[in-house]
Amino acid sequence: MSIFSLALTVLIGVLVFVAFFHFSNFLLDYFQLKTPKKIAWENSIRVVIFIGPAFIVLFVFIIYPVFETIRLSFYDKLGDNFVGLYNYAWAIKDPDFKRSIINNLGWLIVVPTLSTFFGLVIANLADRIWWGSIAKSIIFMPMAISFVGAGVIWKFMYDYRGPGDQQIGLLNAIAVALGFEPQAWLTIPIWNNFFLMAIMIWIQTGLALVIFSAALRTIPKETLDAARIDGASELKIFWKIIIPYLEQTILVIWTIITLLVLKVFDIIYAMTNGQWQTEVLANLMYDWMFRGGGDTGRGSVLAFCILIGVIPILAWNLYRHKQDQKV
Amino acid sequence: MKKIRLSSLFSQLLLLIFVIAWIAPTFGLFISSLRDKDVLAISGWWTSFTTTEVNEIYRTEGKDAQVKEGDYYFIKSNLFGEDKGKEIFRFGVTSKNIDEYQVGESALFKDGTEITVLENGDYIWKSQEEFKKKKGKRVFVSAKSPPSFTLDNYKEVLFKEGLGQAFLNTFAVALPSTLIPLIICSFFAYALTWMKFYGRDILLATIIASLVVPLQMSLIPILTIYNDFGALFGVAAKSYPGIWMAHTGFGLASTTFLLWNFLKSLPQEMMEAAKVDGATHYDTFIKIVVPLSIPAFASIFILQFLWVWNDLLVGLVFLDKHPSEIILTAKLKELLGSRGENWEILTTGAFVSMTVPLFIFFSLQRYFIRGLVAGSIKG
Repeated sequence: MSIFSLALTVLIGVLVFVAFFHFSNFLLDYFQLKTPKKIAWENSIRVVIFIGPAFIVLFVFIIYPVFETIRLSFYDKLGDNFVGLYNYAWAIKDPDFKRSIINNLGWLIVVPTLSTFFGLVIANLADRIWWGSIAKSIIFMPMAISFVGAGVIWKFMYDYRGPGDQQIGLLNAIAVALGFEPQAWLTIPIWNNFFLMAIMIWIQTGLALVIFSAALRTIPKETLDAARIDGASELKIFWKIIIPYLEQTILVIWTIITLLVLKVFDIIYAMTNGQWQTEVLANLMYDWMFRGGGDTGRGSVLAFCILIGVIPILAWNLYRHKQDQKV
Repeated sequence: MKKIRLSSLFSQLLLLIFVIAWIAPTFGLFISSLRDKDVLAISGWWTSFTTTEVNEIYRTEGKDAQVKEGDYYFIKSNLFGEDKGKEIFRFGVTSKNIDEYQVGESALFKDGTEITVLENGDYIWKSQEEFKKKKGKRVFVSAKSPPSFTLDNYKEVLFKEGLGQAFLNTFAVALPSTLIPLIICSFFAYALTWMKFYGRDILLATIIASLVVPLQMSLIPILTIYNDFGALFGVAAKSYPGIWMAHTGFGLASTTFLLWNFLKSLPQEMMEAAKVDGATHYDTFIKIVVPLSIPAFASIFILQFLWVWNDLLVGLVFLDKHPSEIILTAKLKELLGSRGENWEILTTGAFVSMTVPLFIFFSLQRYFIRGLVAGSIKG
């Protein structure tokens, strides 16, 4: 499509929504209904106009699919016949599924921990150094890049040439310079998972960093100064004052990154597509959505597994929301 | 005093190590996208800043290029095709001895013909008899290659590999997928904050819960709906409006939540004053809330735009892979499969896909960070 037809499509698409809100509200105001009984009517219609479109989208794209996916997990390949727990029984026996669960657990432990840790350390270092804000920008930058783009960047880092050739991947060049044999990093089972996790850590450290930076500024300066005057070392201040003070923030960052990691798909799909024992749930699910014409039953079971991982966070969020509403 | 300085030096060093480790991958990609594809395939990007020595093989031209001058036949040309700024310092004519001759010396081929190679690649090949072969002969050169960068890869990727079209497609996906949620969610968030209606609290709790529901839960049912819809009305199941609405759905909870959080912080008196003055909710929304929310809109716009621009999964499921619909990330993934060893295509393609996010990042970093922080402190 040419740039003009694309631009026109975009314009029409957006204008439809602007027009809806404008004209529906305009019409409502035009037929001004001023008697008390009618005002109540007007208010209800207004509420419907305001929340209607969003509610329909929310229902069609989130609420209905959640229940439909759970229903489909008990149905066969095409979603026609009820098969009970058959799909779940298949999953438990499937070696790819087992591998995915193990890998996902590995991701869940390593990535949030290291991203949070690096973010916290860097935020602390950068706050005390005059070129800290430049450093923060640089470390934050991968947040703007797509996972696929990051995949290409790191695939190039991990590039492998035979032992005789000149290495063009930085990691192998370093390995060779240090006197080791070059390795095809992404094809070494178990270890390759860590090389993939490194990409996610590289990206998410930036997120942790900016949030910690903002939170660090809320620590009262007097507390820190008092500790310094008392002769506490910087390391001690970090462990005894900063970490306890940031407890809430650490928890929040942890959950955000955990949510992302549970859904990790792009990196695996672009780098290895689950080969060499790097399979994860989201990639396996995508695979089953299309493998052999698609199997909605198995795909739904896999999606449901990801949802189960999310449920503790969901419950915690709702709990906190309720606490907030009380105040 | 001395202790503090030492620890500060240590901090600086540690931070520097982090910075280098974080920037090196992206920097290497960028430099590689600017290098000649032949050099890129055989040497690391870190060697591109210095003059390097390379051993290469070239072929002379064949009989078609010969001219007769006096008693001899000559072929005069340049090994590189044109002057590329490389400096040859030794050359050879057999694979056993690839640096037998100094530049400027005359070398003898086995058939008795004589060749002289100059520093810049020019050569004179002299023979007593007419050249008969269509193909030229191999010449081995050792050359010093100064740092050189080119935009050729970008031309190739944008116009020949179809990334230019994918770039436009991504815009056509990302702009409405950002603006539509912003429009409908701002009304939604307004209603959640300032209007009283039955079921408001449940709706709010649903939004909070939806924030964390993985989008994988929605893929299969939505795809089924789209396929049925397409079959029923005889239209394509995968289309731009389809993906806009999908992105709107997946971005709805977070957009609403962020806006609700912001609107809550606006002073209640203002809203009440407007109401007393006889303003309807729509007037209040357009004339008071929207102008005040511009900074919040900016943050949310950036977050959602980057999310959509960088998305792969939704684009793969809800758009076709033919050239008029494929988005950048899907195209890049396709290149990773089909052109896996052509690093000039991959590095350049990746960088093209990163231009818009990086531009937004560097020009609007403040709003980006504000959005992230606002979303996290509560969420």
